[in-house]
Amino acid sequence: MSARQGVLRPDLAAIAAMIPEGAHVLDVGCGNGALLEHLISTKGVDGRGLELSQVDVNAAVTRGLSVVQGDADTDLADYPSGVFDVVILSDTIQSTRSPRTVLRHLLRIGKRTIVSLPNFGHWRVRLALLWNGRMPKTPALDYAWHETPNIHLCTIADFVSLAREEGATIERALALQSAGRTVAMRPDAWGPNLFAERALFLLKGKETIAVPQGGIATPRSRTSQLLF
Amino acid sequence: MAEIANPKFLQPVRIANADVGQAVVFAPDRPLLLDAGRSFAPLTVAFMTYGELNAARSNAVLVCHALTGDQFVASPHPITGKPGWWETMVGPGKPIDTNRFFVICANVIGGCMGTSGPGEIDSSTREPFGLSFPLVTVRDMVRAQAMLLDELGIDRVLCVTGGSMGGMQALQWAASYPERVVSAMPIATAARHSAQNIAFHEVGRQAIMADPDWHGGSYQLHKTRPAKGLAVARMAAHITYLSEQALQRKFGRSLQNREAISFAFAPDFQVESYLHHQGMTFVDRFDANSYLYITRAMDYFDLAADYNGVLAEAFRGTKTRFCIISFTSDWLFPTIENKRIAHALNAAAANVSFVEIETDKGHDSFLLEEPEMFATVRGFLGAVAAEHGIR
Repeated sequence: MSARQGVLRPDLAAIAAMIPEGAHVLDVGCGNGALLEHLISTKGVDGRGLELSQVDVNAAVTRGLSVVQGDADTDLADYPSGVFDVVILSDTIQSTRSPRTVLRHLLRIGKRTIVSLPNFGHWRVRLALLWNGRMPKTPALDYAWHETPNIHLCTIADFVSLAREEGATIERALALQSAGRTVAMRPDAWGPNLFAERALFLLKGKETIAVPQGGIATPRSRTSQLLF
Repeated sequence: MAEIANPKFLQPVRIANADVGQAVVFAPDRPLLLDAGRSFAPLTVAFMTYGELNAARSNAVLVCHALTGDQFVASPHPITGKPGWWETMVGPGKPIDTNRFFVICANVIGGCMGTSGPGEIDSSTREPFGLSFPLVTVRDMVRAQAMLLDELGIDRVLCVTGGSMGGMQALQWAASYPERVVSAMPIATAARHSAQNIAFHEVGRQAIMADPDWHGGSYQLHKTRPAKGLAVARMAAHITYLSEQALQRKFGRSLQNREAISFAFAPDFQVESYLHHQGMTFVDRFDANSYLYITRAMDYFDLAADYNGVLAEAFRGTKTRFCIISFTSDWLFPTIENKRIAHALNAAAANVSFVEIETDKGHDSFLLEEPEMFATVRGFLGAVAAEHGIR
């Protein structure tokens, strides 16, 4: 596992940097639990996971993680409001049946919500469609149209407007490149929507009250510069 | 005070030098308070232990047995001589490792392996209880186990686990005594017995009661045993423990010791003689009245009913860590029932894992060689033990 070797996928590392010590964390679409394991061992979080794939769930539970096999589209409704300090949805929203409902639940369940997603507005995607007239296959979106799990792709601008419609405040926004570079971005600027392969948002729901234990940590990674 | 005694079995113990375990006989001033609204005394609880209790008394794992199980989890059955019912799971180096954990399993109240049940002698009449034994519930079983743990000086168990009715007890434990349960691992179970499951149980009970040797439950006085009825009950139930695919895979339409169908009612098919065998071997080790009482206890199980129908309320504020395991081909306690428990635990913001294991072996999978179940149990219990400093 990458987490055991201390090397985390760049987007997961960027997420991990935002999580405060000892937080109650729910990772929705946690896969085999690499991020959870990392957060538990490095930040002492109380981590839980929800994952659709039975194989991944079994692998995570075998490693001693608390993971429930379930579907974000249906099962988030069970969780009470405000019980987690942070809810994470990494690289998953584009494969849910109802991204709006899922986002609504995330904002309700977590005092903060972190969402990462592939950006369909990236120039490679735009160019592939314009130039080849074929559904784009890029490093960030490496599936043929007929077998992709990504049924609800969106651009950064699309997601930002959905988040705002749901009353969320965007507290931080990061652009991620496949090379692993992470830069802060202004969510409304046109630049990131064209140049960022992935985006990562730290959101706060409208009914959220103040976060105890010092709130969400500021990311400490290479995110100081404001490029766009 | 309670006295420690050897359990008295309904059947004579045939195996020479078998470890028949121990029993606690509680004094009449320590009755078991029953859901049926009366108390029962004197209560006897027969149990087995494996491994050693550590000095901090923190490594106890309580295993709860299923309908026709008993306390012989990991040692030969004193009547049949067969290996313990969970020897694949419990033992030195096994997923529930007796080198690390102190494993306790008690025969349930209403049972027939030494704990108070309908086959035991009523001290007031000096005759077997028969149907004068009070109706018991899963919660009564758990209360009796709690009395046993009190007697053994164990305040908290590291884990309470079991499959089927054992899983019901694990859930009841977590709901009734949250502070005494560090973790719970209910397997192939449900928070309530379904209409279909009650229906199957009723078929079994009617088969027993229709046997003329049952004598209204007082067959011991008549020196008979409703073996035929009990065997039929077991045969019907056994089908529900398997799956259509597994039956097809194991037997198909193969004939038993013959080349062609016989145009008669003797068992032609292998699956028939298999069921006959299951029925016949069962009656050697199980008591018909106990079967009535324990199936009834399962029928009555509806954990949410005690909490205004809201299952999550049973686990409100719980600190217990849960691991729920189900099997894809289990149609008696299907994944959906297990998932219902996981959903309720999520709603209670409990620490829960839920694993569904792919197998065609049906409900009985929890008793069988299922590597993925073993890995899950090992991983979960290992994490819980590490969290509580148990090496």
